[in-house]
Amino acid sequence: MSEPLRGVIVSHSAIAQALVSAVTAIAGIEGALVPVSNEGCDNDALGERLRQAAGSQPAVLFVDLPGGSCLTNSIRYAKQHADIAVVTGVNLAMLLDFVFHRDVTPAEAARRAADAGAKAIRVTAA
Amino acid sequence: MSIALFRIDDRLIHGQVVVGWGQPLDCTFIVLVDDEVRSSDWEQDLYRMGVPPHIEIIFASVDEAAERLPVWEADARVGILLVPDIDTAVALAGRSDRVKRLNVGGIHHRAGRTERLRFVYLTDDERAKLRQLAAAGVDVTAQDVPTARAVPLAEFA
Repeated sequence: MSEPLRGVIVSHSAIAQALVSAVTAIAGIEGALVPVSNEGCDNDALGERLRQAAGSQPAVLFVDLPGGSCLTNSIRYAKQHADIAVVTGVNLAMLLDFVFHRDVTPAEAARRAADAGAKAIRVTAA
Repeated sequence: MSIALFRIDDRLIHGQVVVGWGQPLDCTFIVLVDDEVRSSDWEQDLYRMGVPPHIEIIFASVDEAAERLPVWEADARVGILLVPDIDTAVALAGRSDRVKRLNVGGIHHRAGRTERLRFVYLTDDERAKLRQLAAAGVDVTAQDVPTARAVPLAEFA
């Protein structure tokens, strides 16, 4: 793969931008993630934001909720474009893993990110 | 009456509808009235993904909705009816006298529209259509979530 995958975080309000900032602060990697908010968008406008964010390269779309406008528009976008994978339930742990493992296919990166994100959810001892 | 909310929302099924309104209303069915979605199995699958399993989604064309509104209103469950735009609301109200109130929940910016509220952008033609609905006896208000104030039509159109 000639160019590392891009990650696009698709969220309500300012969650996406905050996650990008946090990943940059922790990992020191810039440019791997692009934030997209659904703020003020109808479906067409959100689709256009996704198009601009993903560009023409393979990408993984990290969506905040497993339902709603962020997900429906991400899946709609993925259906219309090649080399796009969609993961829901975005969290910081999955993004931190993703930015270090971008030389794979979108589908493989999505599976890996989902595993990393799920492993980060746990109930700790008091 | 079991249709607790008649709503215009250009995002159709999304968080504000399922969680914001659905939870406090204890909604267990959503009627999505959109001729385009009604004719697309794939779009219907997409919208089904956005709701928890205890909520049924009913997809209907405008004509089907006008015919079945009495059935849905007689349903013991609480439901929400969604339309994507003002034209669909006008079409439904024109075919059924059971549309007595209308919640403008989300009409976002597009070319030709001006901001009336943070979540409502309208063209002059759309404003006129909302006023016509009100003149015909429909109680039109704007309210994105239940905890917000229901803004009377006169304040935004």
